[in-house]
Amino acid sequence: MSEKAIILDKKDNVVTALRRLEEGDSIQVGIEDYTVNIVLPQNIPFGHKFALKDIQQGEAVTKYGEVIGLATKQIWRGEHAHIHNIESLKGRGDRQ
Amino acid sequence: MKFLGYRRSNGNIGIRNHILIFPTIICASTVAQMISSKVPSTVCVTHHCGCGHIGEDAEQVIRTMVGFTSNPNVAGVLLVGLGCELITPDGIAGELAKAGQRAETISIQEAGGTTKCMEEGKRLAEKLLAEASTMKRESVDVSELILGTECGGSDALSGLTANPALGIASDLLVAEGGTVIISEIPEMLGAEHILAKRAADGEVEKHIWELTTATEASINAMGVDIRGAQPSPGNIEGGLTTIEEKSLGCIRKGGSSTIMEVLKYAKKPTKKGLVIMDSPGFDVSSDTGMIAGGAQVIVFTTGRGTPVGSPIAPVIKVSSNTTTYNKMRENIDINAGTILDGGDTVQSIGEQIFNEILEVASGKLTKAEVLGHREFAINTIGPRL
Repeated sequence: MSEKAIILDKKDNVVTALRRLEEGDSIQVGIEDYTVNIVLPQNIPFGHKFALKDIQQGEAVTKYGEVIGLATKQIWRGEHAHIHNIESLKGRGDRQ
Repeated sequence: MKFLGYRRSNGNIGIRNHILIFPTIICASTVAQMISSKVPSTVCVTHHCGCGHIGEDAEQVIRTMVGFTSNPNVAGVLLVGLGCELITPDGIAGELAKAGQRAETISIQEAGGTTKCMEEGKRLAEKLLAEASTMKRESVDVSELILGTECGGSDALSGLTANPALGIASDLLVAEGGTVIISEIPEMLGAEHILAKRAADGEVEKHIWELTTATEASINAMGVDIRGAQPSPGNIEGGLTTIEEKSLGCIRKGGSSTIMEVLKYAKKPTKKGLVIMDSPGFDVSSDTGMIAGGAQVIVFTTGRGTPVGSPIAPVIKVSSNTTTYNKMRENIDINAGTILDGGDTVQSIGEQIFNEILEVASGKLTKAEVLGHREFAINTIGPRL
């Protein structure tokens, strides 16, 4: 894994940073025959995620090819995708 | 494939030869520690249990104490009580006799106070130690091993490096006829469907769903969002956003084998292969449950870094990233961060973990053992009376 960031499954709409990435970095990521260049609008800490494509509010966020939560607001391509814009569907006692 | 272990009189295989000083009630904790400090090659635990338990909670605490003290890594145990508690040394010793485990008992009220109990306890511990010193390692089959898998202080790399590498080691052990336990049910939420699909039969599949559904219901009954506890603040800082994301990385520790059964906390597996044990995600009580279930060794992956060990079982630590490894090198046995930055692969680190398990099983000390880490916690599930 010498790349800067990794897509884990073709169904994924988020990318995991494999090092600290800086605002303005142009990141090439791909999986199988799909490759895309993303210019980051902000810093992404090591191990954190950014959007592979625009994700609409309420849309499922997918990593490992599985749903890891829902977007609580629009997440633009390249934007940091974390607790400020993704919520869990599990263990939501606050919703009961 | 073979390693060097201790064959106990009941046929079980130990990989350590500990004499354990074990209080059956918190009130005997200090005396147990005093005895252990007088007989330095013994190990000792303290805990908050022993009285005020009812029903399933009492059963679980007793099962944990019996399982832990009869783990084959324990050559002999001195049970220390007070005299008026619910869970007594004699009660536990009765169960240990059935399991073929060597045990001595003592109680503070009967001995006549702290000093007398400590002196009498010291004499008994020395006797157990002398007996254990004659036991020798012999060549035994790898299929005798029960591996407990654990992850703690996870980060987003745990699910990409350390956990899948441990999954390779788990698969290798299962292929050799051994047993692997995965636990931490809250850290399966969002990944239940993947585990359920790997169940050996419909019954096991049903148990997986029942357990994960009940765990989620008990969490939801608290009326709050799980986030903050799962993922924890450190997990979130490490890049894990939701419990689903954490779980999808966590379950990779168990590899890809068929799931043979679902066990209650601290229950012994009745089948070889990969099994699930009910436990919290809280690392130390999860480890304790698996060791009480007979695991002789734990492999513990970590993103943020953790020193945790066990009084009686070696805990092999695997870091998910090189920064943590470099920062906490004295605590970490294997760095899976080299999958990312050192030319290793998930497969090569997985094989390295498997080889390390065999070395450690034959006597090599883990870093947690060298440093003297002996964390212990019993998972209680009932009201405390």
